[in-house]
Amino acid sequence: MPGDHARMLEAARGERLWPRAPLWMVALGAAGSVLLLAYPFIFKASFSHHMMILILLYALMAQSWNVVAGFSGQISLGHAIFFGIGAYSSTVLFAKYGLTPWAGLLVGMLLSALAAVAIGVPTLRLRGHYFAIATLLIGSSVQIVFQRWDWVGAASGLYVPIDRTSPWFYLQFHTSKVPYYYLALAAAAAGYLLVWKLRRSRFGFRLQALRDEPEAAASLGIAIARHKVLAFMISAAMMSVAGTFYGQYVLVLDPERLFSVEISILVLLMTVLGGSGTLWGPALGAAVLVPLSEYSRIWFGGTGRTIDLIIYGILILLVCMWRPSGILSLFEERIRRRAGVTP
Amino acid sequence: MSLLLDVQGVTKRYGGLTANADITFDVNEGEIVGIIGPNGAGKSTLFDLITGFQPLDAGRVLLGGRDITGLRPDRISRLGVARTFQKLKPFPDLTVTENVIVGALAHTADMRTARDQALEQLAFVDLLEKRNNFARELSTGQRKRLELARALAMSPRLILMDEVTGGVDQRTISGLIDLVLALKTRGLTIVTIEHNMQVIMRLADRILALHAGRRIAFGVPEEVRREPAVVDAYLGTVPDAA
Amino acid sequence: MSRDLIIQAIVSGLLMGLIYALVAVGLSLIFGLMEIVNFAHGEFLMLAMFTTFWFWALGGLDPLFSLPLVAAILALAGIAVHFGIIRRLLKAPMLAQVCGTFGLGVALRAGAQFLWTPDFRTVTNPLIAGRVQIGPIFIGQPQLVAGIICLMSFVALWLFVTRTETGLGLQATAQDRQAAAVMGIPTERMSALGWATGLGCVGIAGSMLSTFYYIFPEVGVNFALLAFVAVALGGFGSILGSLVAGVLIGLIESLGGLLLDPSYKTLIVFGLYLAVVIVRPHGLFGRF
Repeated sequence: MPGDHARMLEAARGERLWPRAPLWMVALGAAGSVLLLAYPFIFKASFSHHMMILILLYALMAQSWNVVAGFSGQISLGHAIFFGIGAYSSTVLFAKYGLTPWAGLLVGMLLSALAAVAIGVPTLRLRGHYFAIATLLIGSSVQIVFQRWDWVGAASGLYVPIDRTSPWFYLQFHTSKVPYYYLALAAAAAGYLLVWKLRRSRFGFRLQALRDEPEAAASLGIAIARHKVLAFMISAAMMSVAGTFYGQYVLVLDPERLFSVEISILVLLMTVLGGSGTLWGPALGAAVLVPLSEYSRIWFGGTGRTIDLIIYGILILLVCMWRPSGILSLFEERIRRRAGVTP
Repeated sequence: MSLLLDVQGVTKRYGGLTANADITFDVNEGEIVGIIGPNGAGKSTLFDLITGFQPLDAGRVLLGGRDITGLRPDRISRLGVARTFQKLKPFPDLTVTENVIVGALAHTADMRTARDQALEQLAFVDLLEKRNNFARELSTGQRKRLELARALAMSPRLILMDEVTGGVDQRTISGLIDLVLALKTRGLTIVTIEHNMQVIMRLADRILALHAGRRIAFGVPEEVRREPAVVDAYLGTVPDAA
Repeated sequence: MSRDLIIQAIVSGLLMGLIYALVAVGLSLIFGLMEIVNFAHGEFLMLAMFTTFWFWALGGLDPLFSLPLVAAILALAGIAVHFGIIRRLLKAPMLAQVCGTFGLGVALRAGAQFLWTPDFRTVTNPLIAGRVQIGPIFIGQPQLVAGIICLMSFVALWLFVTRTETGLGLQATAQDRQAAAVMGIPTERMSALGWATGLGCVGIAGSMLSTFYYIFPEVGVNFALLAFVAVALGGFGSILGSLVAGVLIGLIESLGGLLLDPSYKTLIVFGLYLAVVIVRPHGLFGRF
């Protein structure tokens, strides 16, 4: 027996630290990357650029929700607030003080992270349902505040000042959407790279541990509150980045839209549908739902938003009832389980 | 032999019910102390109090001379106290190896080191075969060993085991006994709650007997099993070690 | 600030609080039985209000008479939701449970908006209308009747849960499902009954609300938020807690609106929620 054991141990130690992605997946990834990089030159229509920009931004937002809900198990039903904070921070600083939106981007991230701390410290220690309710209340409250706050334009919102002289400095492009596309791609890529590194890091594992069994996690030396708040902060900052870019893209901020339940629902749905706790689930969800939402707007016109919501609501319900771990969970599991697993 | 764990007059009340009443005992370094008592005697509660999972109403807990009363559970773990739970808590969506890695991450930040240590612990508890399975796929006996491996990966000074042999078959029990004795040889200090009298008699250097939240005996096994209160509580004499 | 104004605010807050309480108790019952928070609760209230409205608009039935009908319809809806949806959700992880009922609520809200437009509706000239004057205070008759009926419903619910065998079965299932099952209580049916009762209460509340409140697809949102706070304050699973908490919230909302800017009511309520769950997580009377 001991000899067997020693040999098995040696063999196990020699194994790769992380499972190797199957060849087909690597090939798919390579092809996908090439496609994404060349996209604006393959599909030249402005509408297709618009679509991809939204997909990329939502993919980033959904991943943000994934960090806090999929990886650390905290269900946020009001995630739109960080999106709005990001958009408003950069726009207000630009409109009132002429600060370049790039700086505004960083300020937005900081403010969102601070908001996450302010909200998270008192509420993250609550049980799941209580926290979810708190996020609902916060989401509602923040929307009301922004709709009444005159300094940021109250219910009429804010316009991002137009400046055609220096597009990269002012982060606005008027002749073509292509720069927006690459910016969105860069942002999304950064976000996904972050999560990719995170989930195999010490922090990432400890997060997942406290998500699944908080007591066992505590008994293994994991400071629960600190980890949850940190995850919340990272999530908030990611959402804020998307918000800033969105603001610079649409050039008008409407508090009813930015802090809307619709956005909170969308990021939730995308991740749950694609697979919460997976790396690519949020992207898959975004890739499915953004086109759905855009086309429903085209087909149904004004009532498109309402029909969207009906579909989203039913979809969330169905996914939660029949396949709560989402589409990609099965795939990722198969990959994590290598060859030679004993039944 | 120096004193590692010193529990002094620890009390826990839930409204009208007193789960632990003024319990005092100590554990020397390198020792195995067994805790016995009928169901509801307050054994698991005692573990919760020592490891900070529940606040105590009176008393103190000292670890290596340092007062750890009232500290948060993760703080106490980081001071070198590991525990297993009666109701097993594997991380279901992580593989067996990843489960143990979480334990190793308590004292190392490098993933490769953590993985290697995890593999060592898995070899020790004889779970290497299942290392790439997901934790939820394991049988009860395997989960118990996983929980143990995970706790050991923390390289603790003291480990509190809650009913390690509960719900497993005879053959697995003797394997577990050997495991625990091997741990003692490695220098680990162990406190274990056990229902199985034969197991306790073989393992324990000293035994703490609880009944209805009170300590009714504490000492070497031969003394404890002759203690009238213990005999009463267990409806007869405690059998000799097999 | 005249003394009369304050007394007026107290009385209207009390009456409104009784309605909040009845809405909250449904939520509390459901959570007590199966630890699921019904995030679609407000939407069921909205549906109750719309059902009452359509009975009146199309059938000429006054809310006072359609009350039992609406309550029955909502109770049936509760049973349908339990068997159709909740039973599956119970097997899913908590993330799915929260998101599931949340999604249901969103779909119902949007569905109502699609079918009936976002326009505000009212039940004009119901049977019970006008005001009553007691001393210096004016009380709307619909509000008064609503409050009384809600209070009566509470009493009926209390008697049902504590004095009838079925009611005791409900309590047993809520306290310890496994033990209840072992004792031969049909826990599955108890859960369905919990949903039926919970949504039945919402039906009564909604029906009464229709006599004096605007009816529109988003109306449930605020009531749901207040109900969540009420249940957290009173304690999940406690009937008495829901009553006390609901009334308290009605009072705080009313007085808060009087003393501060009424548009910040949600913030006040949110502050209250935070204070409660942090300081006293179990609420006033709760077990969780």
